Amino acid sequence: MSEDHIEGPSGLARLRGLTGLQLAFVVALLAVAVAFPVLFPSPVDTNYGVYALIFVAVASAWNIFSGLSGYISLGHAVFFGSGAYTLGIAARDWHVTGTAVFALLPLAAVAGALIAVPFGLIALRVRRHTFIVITIAVFFIFQLMAYNLSFTGGTTGLDSPFLPWGAQTYNNPFYYIALACAVGTIAVAWLIRRSRFGLQLRAIRDDEDRARGLGVHAMRVKLTAFVLSGAITGLVGAVWFFYLTQVQPPSGFDPLFDLSVVLMAFLGGLGTVSGPVLGALIIEPGQLYLTANTNGYISEILLGALFLVAVLLVPRGIIPTGGEYIRRLTTKGRAAIPERGPASQRAPAPTGPRSDEGATREGGASKGARRQAGKIL
Amino acid sequence: MAREIYQAIADGILVGGIYALMAVGLTLIFGVLDIINIAQGVMVILGAYLSYELAARLHLDLFLGLLVTVPAMFVIGVVIQWAFIRPLRGRERTSMTLLVSYAVALIIEGILYEFFGANSRQLSASYVTSSVHVFGFYISYIYLYGFALALALVAALYTLLYRTKFGRSVRATMQDQTAARLIGINISRVAAITYGIGVAVTAAGGMVFGATNAFNPNSGYDLISRLLAIIVLGGLGSIGGALAASIFMITLESVVDIWQPTWAIVVFYAALVLVLLIRPAGFFGRKAVRAQ
Repeated sequence: MSEDHIEGPSGLARLRGLTGLQLAFVVALLAVAVAFPVLFPSPVDTNYGVYALIFVAVASAWNIFSGLSGYISLGHAVFFGSGAYTLGIAARDWHVTGTAVFALLPLAAVAGALIAVPFGLIALRVRRHTFIVITIAVFFIFQLMAYNLSFTGGTTGLDSPFLPWGAQTYNNPFYYIALACAVGTIAVAWLIRRSRFGLQLRAIRDDEDRARGLGVHAMRVKLTAFVLSGAITGLVGAVWFFYLTQVQPPSGFDPLFDLSVVLMAFLGGLGTVSGPVLGALIIEPGQLYLTANTNGYISEILLGALFLVAVLLVPRGIIPTGGEYIRRLTTKGRAAIPERGPASQRAPAPTGPRSDEGATREGGASKGARRQAGKIL
Repeated sequence: MAREIYQAIADGILVGGIYALMAVGLTLIFGVLDIINIAQGVMVILGAYLSYELAARLHLDLFLGLLVTVPAMFVIGVVIQWAFIRPLRGRERTSMTLLVSYAVALIIEGILYEFFGANSRQLSASYVTSSVHVFGFYISYIYLYGFALALALVAALYTLLYRTKFGRSVRATMQDQTAARLIGINISRVAAITYGIGVAVTAAGGMVFGATNAFNPNSGYDLISRLLAIIVLGGLGSIGGALAASIFMITLESVVDIWQPTWAIVVFYAALVLVLLIRPAGFFGRKAVRAQ
């Protein structure tokens, strides 16, 4: 991406950026999502739905920070687990019972945000690999705290208040709460992706020093995205906790959680809005199915193999690769796709109006290309 | 009290030497290939299991078994690098290599579970159980032998890197890949062999680790997080830094362990965070490690 995108049009001015076809698709998808528990009322099926939506929300939240800024966080379980633990502790100490616990949900988001501020202030001072290692270190510190602090319940963890819902329909309220979280997160991701703020994040991803030179307050921008991402992850972690009714240190602060989220975003397409959604919808149900139907070790091996296949076959993710493939079909014979080389990866220049990275038409950074910089989906 | 501290420091230095061996492999791989090999932790465990099998089935001495496990791990490393890491290019290479090495770790862990189950094991030999009395301390022979082995291997690595032609090409690649390629160094060969060496030392590290700790297929995570902390603290890609940071961190943990056994490991990570606040490049890191 080139620097002219930083001065791209403000996102709010172009809210109606979706074409009719895309809008229809989103509405249809939403309708299917809303109707899912009615069509598949069995708790086994809705269980898949709840988990898939939880991970849609988390992967999108992760993507808001890591996908756009390029800072790969392997510590988002810190927010997820902290959200769960915060509400577990609050419900226990304040004696909140029954469905009233859902009123506490904003607290989980606040906890996520409050943890993200010092975490970000420390970790965001360093880049690339060092950042990743710091997030892993902070993650382990939190897991150890969950094990060893006096108020976390140690290895036995915490239980959530009992919810007076029947076994047959127990999943349904959670399904809709998770759906609301997922839709809300996607909406936030969509707004950010096409906003000036999103452009600043992507400028940081492409070349942080240059972005700073052009007047992006890098630390402020990164930290804002990190805090937002952490707050959403904390909130979803609390929903997950209520759904599962318990949390232990290794489940709340799970290294595999971090990894799955990264894989979801990667498989779908890092930095895109629909990528993490697609990735989560493929991976989470697949993982649940494998865990339920094979022994745990086989599913672990298969998950690893899926990683390898995904990274080697679709290194840029399904959405960007698929989008390029479709464009190549539709523009056949009219416009040549620039050859992909090291140069085109630094400043990707696939032609066509729906470029993910901001298109440069016919090799020049024309005004038209600039206008397309914020196009999504 | 003072006595306990001395004992802790002695333990820390001896164990730190063993960690240094594993950390050098990791930092070497980072320096040349510009990737963080998350699989290093589980490869140590794989090395431990290989030693275990050799000892259990062929009744091979643990140290003699290294003659088999080290070359075996070298081959495994070269194959993994060739098949999965070499093809990765482009802007997202950092995170993709991370995912690939994590994937390799998951697969190895799953295979180890499949073959050996979740029960913890420990390597046994006469020198694991008996200890020696030096300067008023009781130290198990395995720690001394392990430390000697680590010293020997680190010295061998050092000689390889600083006294041979291959070592020069490795160091040239670490400094500037493009320039190294321009002067005729075969980068992909250097990368493959370096990855192989980095993995091969885990066979030795794994043997000593397996003899001094109970391990199961899941032990790799704890190990890799410590190793990562060590190499970041030492400065990514700095071999001397990895050595110093290993000894420093493990000794620190060992000393804190006297008063606060549960929180000793947190001190480890907290030290990492604190040091990076003051020196973002680590103890021995260059200011801009690979600004590419």
